[in-house]
Amino acid sequence: MFKNLMSWIEYRMPFMEKMNLHVMQYPAPKNFNFWYFFGSLAMLVLVNQILTGIWLTMNFEPSAERAFASVEYIMRDVDYGWLLRYMHSTGASAFFVVVYLHMLRGMMYGSYQKPRELLWIFGMLIFLVLMAEAFMGYLLPWGQMSFWGAQVIISIFGVIPGIGEDLTLWIRGDYVISGATLNRFFALHVIALPLVLVILVFLHIIALHEVGSNNPDGIDVKRPNDGQPVENNVSDKFTFHEYFTKGGKKIIVDAIPFHPYYTVKDIVGVVGFLLVFCGVIFFAPEGGGFLLEPPNFEPANPMKTPDHIAPVWYFTPFYAILRAVPDQLFGAIFMFLAIIFLALLPWLDRCPVRSMRYRSALHKWNLVNFCISFVVLGVLGVLPATPTYTLLAQIFSFTYFAFFGLLWLYSKNEKTKPLPVRLT
Amino acid sequence: MLKQLLAAVALVASSAALAASGHVVHLDKAPIDLTDKESLQRGARMYQNYCLGCHQMEYQRYSRTFRDLGIPDEVGMEQLAFTAKKVGDHIKNAAPKTDLAKWFGAAPPDLSNVARVRGPDWLYTYLRSFYVDPSRPFGVNNEVFPLVGMPHVLQELQGVPSKQHETRLVDGESKEVYVGIVTDGTGELSTEEYDRAVADLVNYLEYTGEPSKLESRSLGIKVMIFLLIFFVLAFLLKKEYWKDVH
Repeated sequence: MFKNLMSWIEYRMPFMEKMNLHVMQYPAPKNFNFWYFFGSLAMLVLVNQILTGIWLTMNFEPSAERAFASVEYIMRDVDYGWLLRYMHSTGASAFFVVVYLHMLRGMMYGSYQKPRELLWIFGMLIFLVLMAEAFMGYLLPWGQMSFWGAQVIISIFGVIPGIGEDLTLWIRGDYVISGATLNRFFALHVIALPLVLVILVFLHIIALHEVGSNNPDGIDVKRPNDGQPVENNVSDKFTFHEYFTKGGKKIIVDAIPFHPYYTVKDIVGVVGFLLVFCGVIFFAPEGGGFLLEPPNFEPANPMKTPDHIAPVWYFTPFYAILRAVPDQLFGAIFMFLAIIFLALLPWLDRCPVRSMRYRSALHKWNLVNFCISFVVLGVLGVLPATPTYTLLAQIFSFTYFAFFGLLWLYSKNEKTKPLPVRLT
Repeated sequence: MLKQLLAAVALVASSAALAASGHVVHLDKAPIDLTDKESLQRGARMYQNYCLGCHQMEYQRYSRTFRDLGIPDEVGMEQLAFTAKKVGDHIKNAAPKTDLAKWFGAAPPDLSNVARVRGPDWLYTYLRSFYVDPSRPFGVNNEVFPLVGMPHVLQELQGVPSKQHETRLVDGESKEVYVGIVTDGTGELSTEEYDRAVADLVNYLEYTGEPSKLESRSLGIKVMIFLLIFFVLAFLLKKEYWKDVH
């Protein structure tokens, strides 16, 4: 009966064929480590955001008069409304945590290098859309920080010569942030950007499955079949989709089917992640004032500025770069360059070796430099801009950009270690 | 519109100046316990008697409050909800907002979320830091919130408070240092009783800031236990499958 149904479907739509191609017979390198959890976790958080978001919209009212009150209604009067709201607000921060770690993984193991440039570009586009999505979502509760944070970020566009003022007017739909801004941000946040996000994630995965997953050793698991048998090849035990073997022209070495091996492994990662995630949701939903900021429990008031306006933590590294530059226009330019340079990594890095495991000590230290710069800038972006902090922000903005400059310089003739023939 | 913007700019400048002047007050830890229903009930009573006249809780309903605090609806409606018609009403007052703003210089803020904005320690210290200051419209000022527009509504409980200073050696100079508030003893309560009463009130405000907090904690523990068991099982499942690979 079930078999008949399946073949009925298969005849009309290649469901099992696609499942085999992308899940059951997809060859994944056998040596994925801890860092490889964050891709599947990002998917999990995306689904969490979409589902909790749908339920939140059932009671949220996107108007300047009712937005704040409707969020309080969700928190107090809707059954488990508080849980949905905390899952969504914590999920936003969790999204950035997993995406930042996912990107760091790519940088450590050179996953952006040929032939995965387009995959990386799709990833960067996801990151950009995610930032827009988070920014617009943050206005919706219509609290003090929502209002003034949006005021600060939208005003960044005002520094563009000539069109700046008109551009901010166009974004806000009003001379100040108002109900008109809230309405359009709501529309973009709940339908336009999520749609784009889902499409980009789809393309990200299609591109991934075309070129195959990289791994901590940064060597290929598909190689031309020269007819020689490969010793102790775990892949021999499994059937892979012929799309990956190209009808025997390619041989798959040290890879295992994604399902069940990585599905069962990712479940462990998912539960480990949920332990932390639920710990925050149930016991510290405000995240020490970093996930939900205290001034945001006060309704937006255009007449009263909070003492200290800081964007949410996931924007602060870029915000610190913006503030570090004395000139506003150049500050904004450098802030965008900080993201553009990340997108250009596949071309800035000219080393043929992917993984940091087999690259020079200089490269490892440069990666350490990048991480430290990013984290320190993130901390500085939260703090008020005193002269000392501004000086520090300038120093670490310099080291942040120095990462890319140095990488371009040394990567061409880098002293690398010999690559292993097989996965370690 | 321009006026509004200018006012906003002036406010930024003044608040920045205040922040820069380094007005930092040591906050006392609020001795509160959300599981203490009697304390919450005393706090609710105090709120209704002393705060609601000016400060609404427009997001919090009586019915929810009664349920969470273990007060039967009829008892609550009779003894606590003076202005409400129905048990599902929000905790509101009948005071006209524009008049309040005229009388006090600024409209008294809604207090549903005040514990989440200020934190319980701030509230606990603030309500115990009023002192006599004849230069102010209501004759009182506050050490935690300088130039506050609010009168000392709890004066009949606390008595008339004044600032107490001590001569102390600071950086080699003897200086008058603020050490706290003393009252003239005309209040209905002793200092300890007053502190306890304020703690009850703050406890109640902490509750109204996040009514779901206790529910969240108890559900959270169950979820964590479930996840821990799930984690062990998931790990064992992974180990079993990966025998093929290793």
